[in-house]
Amino acid sequence: MAMLQAPEEPGGAGVTGEPGLPPAIAPITAGGLLASGGGISGARSLRRMARAITSNRKASAGALLLLLFIVIAAIPGVIAHDNPNAEVYPKLLGPSSSHWLGTTALGQDMFSQVIYGTRPVLLIAFGVGLGATIIAMLVGVAAAYLGGVYDGVLNVITDVLLVIPLLPLLIIIGSYLKGAGTAVMIIVITATGWSYTARQLRAQALSLRSRDYLEAARVRGERRLYIIVVEIIPTMTSLLVASFLTNALYAVLFSSSLQFLGLGDPNVTSWGTMLYWAEQAEAFQVAPLWIIVPGLCIVALGAAFALINYAFDEIGNPALRPVRSMRRSARVQRSR
Amino acid sequence: MRYVLRRLGFFVLTLWVALTLNFLLPRMMPGNPALAVIGTYKGGVSPQALKALEAQFGFTTHQGLISQYVSYLGNVARLNFGISLTTQPGTSVAHIVLDAIPWTLGLVGITTILAFILGTLIGIIGAWRRGGLFDSIMPPILVIMTVIPFFWLGLILILVFGVKLKLLPYFFTYTYTLTPGFTPAFIGNVLEHAILPAFTLLITTIGTWILTMRNTMITTLAEDYVRMARAKGLPGWRIMLDYAARNAILPNLTGFAMSLGFIVGGAVLIEEVFNYQGVGWLLLQAVFNDDYPLEQALFLLITVAVLVAILISDLLTAILDPRTRGAS
Repeated sequence: MAMLQAPEEPGGAGVTGEPGLPPAIAPITAGGLLASGGGISGARSLRRMARAITSNRKASAGALLLLLFIVIAAIPGVIAHDNPNAEVYPKLLGPSSSHWLGTTALGQDMFSQVIYGTRPVLLIAFGVGLGATIIAMLVGVAAAYLGGVYDGVLNVITDVLLVIPLLPLLIIIGSYLKGAGTAVMIIVITATGWSYTARQLRAQALSLRSRDYLEAARVRGERRLYIIVVEIIPTMTSLLVASFLTNALYAVLFSSSLQFLGLGDPNVTSWGTMLYWAEQAEAFQVAPLWIIVPGLCIVALGAAFALINYAFDEIGNPALRPVRSMRRSARVQRSR
Repeated sequence: MRYVLRRLGFFVLTLWVALTLNFLLPRMMPGNPALAVIGTYKGGVSPQALKALEAQFGFTTHQGLISQYVSYLGNVARLNFGISLTTQPGTSVAHIVLDAIPWTLGLVGITTILAFILGTLIGIIGAWRRGGLFDSIMPPILVIMTVIPFFWLGLILILVFGVKLKLLPYFFTYTYTLTPGFTPAFIGNVLEHAILPAFTLLITTIGTWILTMRNTMITTLAEDYVRMARAKGLPGWRIMLDYAARNAILPNLTGFAMSLGFIVGGAVLIEEVFNYQGVGWLLLQAVFNDDYPLEQALFLLITVAVLVAILISDLLTAILDPRTRGAS
């Protein structure tokens, strides 16, 4: 993918180094915490993840940032008192106590634009994260349970979609759609972007196929749905969470890029469209904050998803953690 | 051999999908873009361009979808991409595209190679010297660096180095008034214009190379053959380069082969922000001006570049990693 992706992904083959992952769409490989033991229940691995978030500093920082943005998106009116679209103030005011970030070239309050702009971005991030993860889960389940033709066909579709350059494709689709709103954005990015994590989930699912407990469930005569929901999906929990984070991150970057290019709905107040209007208004000279702040928000939200994800990688592969404390204790031992 | 054949088969399949996607996209979208174009440019379109449009969309010739598809594939096979409608009306699409390619190859290509070499080296050293400042501070910083949007970093660099400090040019590929040619003045001018976009690309991509190399290298350093090398008393740099890095570099190398494919279309946003007249900038011009023949040709070019790079990276993996040849 900037791929990237894409952007961008990007060598982002990560620890596993699987060939065939376009660098533009895969900066950080998700999926530490692999439930490699098999049969670890979903609830238990969720609890493990919760503990991981509180014990790993990177994960806590990411989670706190994300929480902050969720609160802002939930109650923008409480935080910012101005209508973000009302063109009622003098144009291009500098920052002041009544306009913390100043006003835009159209006389809108910039602070309330940033605050109100959080919701559409988060909606897109969560929408795409959920949608793409569900598709990836279906591909994984098909591989583990159905196998054969279903798996073969889905696998080819996944691989093909994985190598089509996403950003150019999205730009072209966006140009035909003329002003994609939040819902359209979610649908388009989900439809084109699910393949990367689907591939990871399929790899995990394939390793399940020959496990004894699945065979046992079949012999017990359990229903299909029971086997899928109770035996297969819970073993994928950690990968599903990682898939959600990866896709949410890409959704933030891709949707902001499209909005910046003017391919989003210009009436939706969001960080990407703010940057679009800022560039149109040549804000470099007159209102640098107009460029700096929305971009910082995109980076902060992206970093929230990426940090949680990277922390999961560290937890899954302890060798990646910082070793300073290990070394100190080794020195202590040696000095004895 | 079976592996190579399978990869070749996959290459042909994806190429076909990309071609079909290119053919179907304008036809699937709400409203008929071809008719829209004709509506907008009625009387303004040259007979030549009109003919090109007909060839592209086949909407006046009363052909069925299948025969349109066949003639489309025939045109692509003969590298006949038609004539630009609006960007440079009347000029052949192939000509416009060929003009843009060197700029992108120069800017994005050189930067990608540089980012790969620098990033891999930093990753090797970072993994080798565990426990230093690198370990505690760099990973989170690098993770954050990988999520910075290209276009925003570009805007910030323009703001700081172009507008505020007035150190570097940030618009176009060279100064308009200069005559292109192989003179020192012109080459210097081109290089000067490339600094900011190249730096943007370097900063946003290098983090991935460092992290991937570091993480693979750390896993490799725990291998027995590395311990063996230490036991033999080999000098540190030999263990680092010949034993650990040599075995850990594979993911980065295949990633690099692949990223070469993304060079052609990978920097759309950077080229747009800096008005750098390469392939990505051209794609956006085509998109904004509804220049469908140009748009289709560019998307195809970008996709084919990626497909070829992936084929190369697959073959490279087969050569460098004997395990892939036996497996699957």
